[in-house]
Amino acid sequence: MKMSYRDAVREGLREALIADPGVLLIGIDIGKYGGTYAVTRGLLDEFGPERIRDAPLSESAFVGAGIGAAINGLRPIVEIMTVNFSLLALDQIVNSAATLRHMSGGQIEVPLVIRMATGAGRQLAAQHSHSFENWFAHVPGLRVVAPATVADARGMLATALRERDPVIIFEHVQLYGIEDDIEPAPVALDGAAIRRAGNDATIITYGGSLPRALAAADTLAAENIAAEVIDLRSLRPLDVDTLVASVTRTHRAVIVDEGWRTGSLAGEIAAQLGERAFWELDAPIGRVCTAEVPIPYAKHLELAALPSVEAIVAAVKEACHA
Amino acid sequence: MTREQILAMLRSMVRVRRFEERCAEDYVAAKIRGFLHLYIGQEAVAAGVIPALGPADSIVASYREHGHALLRGIPAAAIMAEMYGKASGCSGGRGGSMHLFSREHRFFGGHAIVGGGLPVAIGIALADKLRGTRAVTCVFFGEGAAAEGEFHETLNIASLWRLPVLFVCENNAYAMGTALVRSEAEPAIHKKAAAHRIGSESVDGMDVVAVSEAATQAVERVRETGAPWFLECMTYRFRAHSMFDPELYRDKAEVEAWRAHDPITTFIKRMTVTADELAVIEREAAAEITQACAFADAAPLEPVEDLLRHVRAP
Repeated sequence: MKMSYRDAVREGLREALIADPGVLLIGIDIGKYGGTYAVTRGLLDEFGPERIRDAPLSESAFVGAGIGAAINGLRPIVEIMTVNFSLLALDQIVNSAATLRHMSGGQIEVPLVIRMATGAGRQLAAQHSHSFENWFAHVPGLRVVAPATVADARGMLATALRERDPVIIFEHVQLYGIEDDIEPAPVALDGAAIRRAGNDATIITYGGSLPRALAAADTLAAENIAAEVIDLRSLRPLDVDTLVASVTRTHRAVIVDEGWRTGSLAGEIAAQLGERAFWELDAPIGRVCTAEVPIPYAKHLELAALPSVEAIVAAVKEACHA
Repeated sequence: MTREQILAMLRSMVRVRRFEERCAEDYVAAKIRGFLHLYIGQEAVAAGVIPALGPADSIVASYREHGHALLRGIPAAAIMAEMYGKASGCSGGRGGSMHLFSREHRFFGGHAIVGGGLPVAIGIALADKLRGTRAVTCVFFGEGAAAEGEFHETLNIASLWRLPVLFVCENNAYAMGTALVRSEAEPAIHKKAAAHRIGSESVDGMDVVAVSEAATQAVERVRETGAPWFLECMTYRFRAHSMFDPELYRDKAEVEAWRAHDPITTFIKRMTVTADELAVIEREAAAEITQACAFADAAPLEPVEDLLRHVRAP
């Protein structure tokens, strides 16, 4: 079935709303407006305002309300318009959602799903272009996933709703328009996926950087470098086993991460590979991250700041001494 | 009021007072560590509000919540064991003084970020409303929370979505060391509810009868209308903010003046409670606390091998 990433997320939401009367959506402009990225268009008409709840611009309160509703038996799916605004709800996500199970000695579960758009590339400048997946992946008590394919966008939500812990789903803004031919089915939240096999180097990435990593692998193939491309899918927990197994074959690793390099997920992955696969490596681990600058508005500067296909190709070649 | 009701109110306040005094002693004895916020002086609020709630109703509290937990029916032994950091504590020793929980009692914390429990409370109420129950969620917080953005966000949504929440502001005049008049342009906190079209009332929080009457009416009103209500209880803590607080920000004379309004001694006088009646209550409270401490002393520590439990669903 051919569908876009956007439609896949919407179909996942519809399916959840139909399957379980305890599922409700809370977020800004998800109802009348139809969703900032048109993901929730039509759901208000189909399911009504009690279950498709337009919220005021009060991220902290409506995320907290989602937490309370989850504690008390509902299965809320909260949409935070973008990760940029999630900073206004960081207290509830980190201090409540992630801690309540633990602080209560296991009595209180928070089966809450939070979806948010992430990433740059649309000339939206410094306040609307963040990638803070690593901030959330830092926190015990949260599960963090980044569907990078239409099939994952369609299938991860159903699995997330079966979890008894808070799950944060990052949807990269550049992915909403991609299309694929898929069979709708739930997919595992755990586990990285090898999106392209290869034996010369391992490119590790997630979310909106996957298409660029695959494009880089195409370019490299034309130069007889067979790059393996791994999509992390889950950012917490990280499937380090799959990474180590790949690097054990390829002996070279390049990590592509739209976050800033300092304190990035790429840094964490490099550290874990250093701990577990140091003796397998034939070259230093490469990192292609966003330049350490607030994302500029001007198109050429924004493009220069973000991980590019060219930069990925160059990093892999350097690792291969090619 | 029947004699029985009068004595029940007194019993509630005395139990909390003596429990808190014992906590202070055990803190000095290093059995309790971390932050310890005592409720001494404010007992009339929890003693007036909590009996007005039913078993299907929910409570969300702040970090000064030992009294609320006790009066909700969580056994003193489970609370004290939590203070001692023991596995038999009501939060398994993972929460401590500021994070008491009991799902069974619908006591949803124990929140130590000021104002942080408010959004959670409206979510609990939303679930009750959508399920068609008539349950009420009661959320306790100090007047300091009114300075947080979350306070206004929460009141707005509670009113906009018509959620069955009773907001109970325990106005003890100090947000840690910041006097109310130094932090709020409008120090009458209950007036802020009007901005969100929530009905409110301010009561003498040192008078358990006044609190009880206001709370009983408020709970009934929330249950009948399904809409939120805001109760501000004017109270005072006699002890420091926490055990680390040297109290540089208020005069001893001010504290002494408030002690004249002690919710327990004034109640005893007003209700002409006899020495015998009081003695029974004191004896029962002392026995309860002694047993609780003995239980907590004997309770096991969680094995260190279990360190990573309660992070994700088992």
